[in-house]
Amino acid sequence: MKRRLLVVAIGVFALVGGAITYVVQARDGGAAENAVPVVTGQPMGLDGRTLFFRNLADGPDSGKLAAVPIGSAGPEGSVRRVGELRCDRFAAARGTAVCLRLKAGSLPPLTELIVLDANLRERHRETLPGTPSRARVSPDGRIVNWTLFVSGDSYAATGFSTRTGLYEVDTGKLLKSVEELAVFVDGKRYFAADVNYWGITFGADGNKFYVTMASKGKTYLVEADYRSYRGTAIAENVECPSLSPDGRRIAYKEKVSNGVWRLAVLDLATRRSTHPPETRSIDDQPVWQGNATLLYPIRTAGNTLDIWSVGLTTAPKLLIPKATSPSFS
Amino acid sequence: MYLASVGPLRSAPLRRVPGNVVALGIVSLVTDVSAEMVTAILPLYLVFGLGLNPLQFGLLDGLYAGATAVLRLAGGHVADRWRRLKTVAGVGYALSAISKLGFLAAGSTVPAIGAVLAVDRAGKGIRTAPRDALISLSSEPETMGRSFGVHRALDTVGAFLGPLVATAVLWASLNDYNSVFVTSFALATCGVIVLTAFVRDQSPPPAPARVRLPVLGLLKDPNFRRCCVWAAALGLFTITDSFVYLAVQRRWEIETSLFPLLPLGSAGTFLLLAIPLGRLGDRIGRWKVFLGGHVALVLALLIVCGPIGSWWLVLALHGIFYAATDGVLPAAVGPLLPENLRASGLAVLQTGQALARMAAAVTVGLLWTLWDLRPAILAITVALSAVTIAAAVFKPLEVRR
Repeated sequence: MKRRLLVVAIGVFALVGGAITYVVQARDGGAAENAVPVVTGQPMGLDGRTLFFRNLADGPDSGKLAAVPIGSAGPEGSVRRVGELRCDRFAAARGTAVCLRLKAGSLPPLTELIVLDANLRERHRETLPGTPSRARVSPDGRIVNWTLFVSGDSYAATGFSTRTGLYEVDTGKLLKSVEELAVFVDGKRYFAADVNYWGITFGADGNKFYVTMASKGKTYLVEADYRSYRGTAIAENVECPSLSPDGRRIAYKEKVSNGVWRLAVLDLATRRSTHPPETRSIDDQPVWQGNATLLYPIRTAGNTLDIWSVGLTTAPKLLIPKATSPSFS
Repeated sequence: MYLASVGPLRSAPLRRVPGNVVALGIVSLVTDVSAEMVTAILPLYLVFGLGLNPLQFGLLDGLYAGATAVLRLAGGHVADRWRRLKTVAGVGYALSAISKLGFLAAGSTVPAIGAVLAVDRAGKGIRTAPRDALISLSSEPETMGRSFGVHRALDTVGAFLGPLVATAVLWASLNDYNSVFVTSFALATCGVIVLTAFVRDQSPPPAPARVRLPVLGLLKDPNFRRCCVWAAALGLFTITDSFVYLAVQRRWEIETSLFPLLPLGSAGTFLLLAIPLGRLGDRIGRWKVFLGGHVALVLALLIVCGPIGSWWLVLALHGIFYAATDGVLPAAVGPLLPENLRASGLAVLQTGQALARMAAAVTVGLLWTLWDLRPAILAITVALSAVTIAAAVFKPLEVRR
C-alpha cells in the first residue's frame, strides 16, 4: 500500500508539475520577433488617408491595430505602422472609431467595447457579454454598432446566437440589442422567439440602416429607419450587409451551403444580385473602397487571414497578408 | 486508504460508504474537473481561437450524441463478458484523457477536431455503465442509494470546480487555450492513475455462455423490463436542462451575462441533496424517491409558466429532481440485475433513458418553434404529470420490495 501510494504521488506530482510548467511557459510564448517588419511609436489617427487593419503576422505585435497609407496598400507596399491598441475587430468613419476585444480570462466570455476619437483616444468603454463578431461606424461617425456571439442563449445547449447593439456617440445612448426593432415580413409584423440580428450597415444620412435578421432557418435583409425604429424585410439569404458609399448597392455574403458563403452584391434599385469574380468562401462583412471595390478577409491554409480586394468585375488581388478587419479613415 | 482518510471525519453519511465507492467518486471528481474545464472553454476556443463559425461548431457538437448511446451498450456488454469492469472503465477514462491532448494535435482542422470530440465522447460512453456497475457491486443492496449519492455528489464537486480551474488557467497563461487542454489532460490522467491504484475490481461470476445478447435476455425479466420502460416513458417527457434555464431566463428577465451561472443553482442543490435523498431512497423505497424527483420537476415547470414564484425556487426544485433521480435510478435497478450482467443492464437502462430524453429535446424544440416556449413547456409538463401519476399507480418496483 505504501509503495502504491508513493507511485501515485509521484505520478500526480509529475503531471500537475508538468501542467504548471506548461502554463507558466505559455505566458511568454509566441514569437519574439515580428515576421513582417513594422514601425512602432508613430502617431496614428483617423486622417481619412489611412487603411487600418488587425495585424496577424507572428510576433510581439500580432493582434495589434496596424495602418498603412491607402495608396500604398499591397503585399509589397509600405511597412505597417503598429500602435499599442489591441483590437479583435476595428472600424472607423468620420472621426470616430470602435474597437472590440475579448476580455482576457473571462468565462463566460465578455467583450470590451471601446469608442475612440479621431486621435484614437478612448472616449467611452462598455463591457458586454459575448465574443466580438462585427463592428461598424455609421458614415457620419455618430453611431457605432457591433455584433457579438453569445453562447448558451439558444435552446441547443451549445448553440450560438448573435446580439447586435449600437451606441450614439453624441448622446451616450446605449442600445444593448436591436431585437425590439419592429420588423415587417410580407407586409405583416413579424414575431418569433428565435429572431437573431447581425451586421448593421448605416446609410450616409445616419438614419437608414440595413441589418441581417435570421429566424426559423431563413435569413432576411431588413431595411430599417432608425428614428421610427421600424424595418422591412426586402430580400432573403443576405447576410452581413455593407452599403456602398453612394447608397446604391449592398455587398453581402450569400449562403451557399452550411459554413460556405459567397461574396455577392445586391443592386437596391433593381433588386438584382450579382457575384464579383471571387469564388472562395468569405465569412465577414465586406468593406467598400469607393463604389466599385470590396475588401474582405480570406482564411488561408495556415489558419491565418489575408485581406483581399476585388472589383465588381475585375479579378481579386491580395491586399494585405496576415491581416483582418480592414477599415478606412 | 480512502477508508482511513475518510474515517476521522466520522460523519454519518460517509462513514460506512465502501472505500471503492469513495475511490470511484474521487476518480469522477478529478475527471469531471478535467472535462468541465474543456466544456467551459470549447465554444470560445473553436469559434474565437480557431475562427470556426458557430454553425460549423453546432454541426460538430451534434454529430456524436447518438454514438455515445451505442458505445454505452458496448462498454457494458464487454465489461460483463470479459468480467473486467475496472479495465473497461479505465479504457474509457484513458480515451477521454488522451483526447485532451488531441486538441493540440488537431489544430484548426475541422475533421480532426471532430475526431477528437468523438474519442472523448466514446470514452464517456464506454466507462459509464461499468463504473456504475462497480459502485453497485461494491455496495450492500440496502445502502446502495447512499453509495450512488456519495458518488454523484463527488462528481458534482468536480463539475463545480472545472470552470473555475479553467478560468484560473486562462488567467495564469494569458489566455492560452492550449494550457487549458494540457492541464485538463494532466488532471484526467491523475484520474486514471487513482482508478488504477485504488479501485478494486469486482469479479462477478462468469456470465452464462449462451447469453450472446444479454440485452434481450435481461429484458425478459419483468421487473427490470418495467423499470426500463417506465424510466424511458418518463424520459420522453423530461424537459432538457437548457430549456429550463432558458425559460427561467425569459420568465424573470435575467441578465444574459448571468445566464451561464443558472446551472450552478441546480448543481448546488444537487450537491447538497444527492446523499440525503439517496439515503431516503434506501429507507422508504427508491422508486418513490425517483418519482418524487419528477414531481419536483413538474412543480418547477409549473412555477416557470405561472405568475408566482421565483427563479431560485425553480433552480432548487430542478436540483431536487436531479438529486432524486440521477443516482437513485441505478441504485433502484442494480439489485434487480444478476451480478454478472449488472454493467449490461445498467447500460440498457441508461441508454433507453438517454435516448428518450434526446427525443424530448427534439420535441420541445419543435413545439417551441411552432407555439413559443411557454405553451411548449406547459404541454410537456402536463404529459410528464400524467406519466408520473401512472408510474406511481403501477409501482413497477415496489411490487417486489
